[in-house]
Amino acid sequence: MQPLTTDEIRALIAKGKLKDAIFKGLGIFCLAAALLVIVLLVTDMVSKGSERFTVDFFLNFASRHANKAGILSAWVGSLLVMLVTGLAAVPLGVAAGVYLEEYAKRNWITEIIEINITNLAAVPSIVYGLLALGIFVYQFGFGQSILSAGLTLALLILPIIIVSTREAIRAIPAMIREGSMAVGATRWQTCRYHIIPYAMPGILTGVIIGLARAIGETAPIITIGALTFIAFLPPAPFTGEPAAGLFDWVMAPFTVMPIQIFNWTSRPDPAFEVNAAAAGFVLMAMVLTMNGVAIWLRYKMRKNIKW
Amino acid sequence: MPTQDNPQLKAEARNLSFYYGEAKALKGINMPIYDKKVTALIGPSGCGKSTYLRSFNRMHDLYPGNRYEGEIRFFPDNTNLLAADVDPIEVRMRVGMVFQKPNPFPKSIYENVAYGLRVRGENNRRVLDDKIEHALRGAAIWDEVKDRLQDLASNLSGGQQQRLCIARALATDPELLLFDEPTSALDPIATAAIEELVHELKKRVTILIVTHNMQQAARVSDYTAYMFLGEMIEFGKTDEIFIKPQDKRTEDYITGRMG
Repeated sequence: MQPLTTDEIRALIAKGKLKDAIFKGLGIFCLAAALLVIVLLVTDMVSKGSERFTVDFFLNFASRHANKAGILSAWVGSLLVMLVTGLAAVPLGVAAGVYLEEYAKRNWITEIIEINITNLAAVPSIVYGLLALGIFVYQFGFGQSILSAGLTLALLILPIIIVSTREAIRAIPAMIREGSMAVGATRWQTCRYHIIPYAMPGILTGVIIGLARAIGETAPIITIGALTFIAFLPPAPFTGEPAAGLFDWVMAPFTVMPIQIFNWTSRPDPAFEVNAAAAGFVLMAMVLTMNGVAIWLRYKMRKNIKW
Repeated sequence: MPTQDNPQLKAEARNLSFYYGEAKALKGINMPIYDKKVTALIGPSGCGKSTYLRSFNRMHDLYPGNRYEGEIRFFPDNTNLLAADVDPIEVRMRVGMVFQKPNPFPKSIYENVAYGLRVRGENNRRVLDDKIEHALRGAAIWDEVKDRLQDLASNLSGGQQQRLCIARALATDPELLLFDEPTSALDPIATAAIEELVHELKKRVTILIVTHNMQQAARVSDYTAYMFLGEMIEFGKTDEIFIKPQDKRTEDYITGRMG
């Protein structure tokens, strides 16, 4: 075949570059569209809810009067539920991920477990709510409490944490694991000194993604009976008459941010729309803050890990 | 009494075969490893030298589907390292390894060397300091790092990282040290430093080194084994193998006619 002339080469390059430019344009367009949606959403919420952004909004309980109604019980409830969710899901999820990656033999049983875990992530959240109603609320007798809500959401995000843990562990080069074992370490020592610490950035990412999803879940929380209008906080330890115990707050009734928002939007009084918009913005801010903290933590941890 | 002509045995492979699943990678190897000597394994790619080396510290046990046949006897206690009732971890506590690509942990220089000791339950700061200095001196890198032990190991150059890995292996006083092509990822100056180090180290520890570089084998080792397609073709004193090989296949490889 004859070598190409300069003109032919130039024509080929021009065609290739055109395709490059088209694809690049398409990508920017899609990105812009997605960002535009978020910007519109945030702007909408801010413009509708701005008159409620006062300190009182964060410190007031719900009320029949829109201008006095605040999100105190809601954001405290959300934080407490997230606490229980995290404490339940993280140790379980990380341990399960480590076990599956490091200890379990590769046979048909582990294959089935692996398939099931990924399937669990696709179960609709209201089904988790029904499951939790039967098991946590009634069978175990935890009632309609922060504990039930936390455990339900923990089940919901468990697959996310397990998968993130496994992916993070898989990213560790075999050479590091061999280097550790070659020195006479046991599997647990290798996990404790190397595998888990190096997988931490990835695990943390998974945890934050999970928590960010859980904080916005409404269906399972409604199903297990979070209250929609409460004017009290779960009892803090050692406060009140008689003094509350260390864990009384765990068994207390509660509400969370998405439910408060839902409650306000279903009211006929248009003044509550303002509250709902403001609360929606606060919820978004909470989620973005959580993600921001996670990204910063991940960055700090990743700096020192070079293979 | 071990003399130049009557060296003591440190280990001996007896009819050792190895299977990766169905494939037979090592075929009935019989070979001595002499105490406080350097033995080199040479041969073309795929001849099984790394597979053979990694049997000595049971690295193959980390992956499913592998199977040993035969024995590796370890002296002076005459233990079979490959026996099912011998814990691989126990084997790895007596046999150290340095890998082809330097693989320091993403931790400080201090913690890299301390790891082997921590794994054995040693946490006393002063004992650790002592042993770490001893190991770093043994690896000829103490002077370069003594003022920055808390620095990340990944900030060292390739040659320094490899010497750090040698220090890491030395810290636990192994009886046998395995080197898997330790200089193939290094530049000539770093290579020379490591070869000099091997020469020094054999006074303290028996060494088995895999190398694809024949000149390196000739420079560094007391005994050489030539392997081909999973078999031990010839074993003998390095001088004799390189000057007057007995087997024609060995001669072909050494003179560059093959491989």
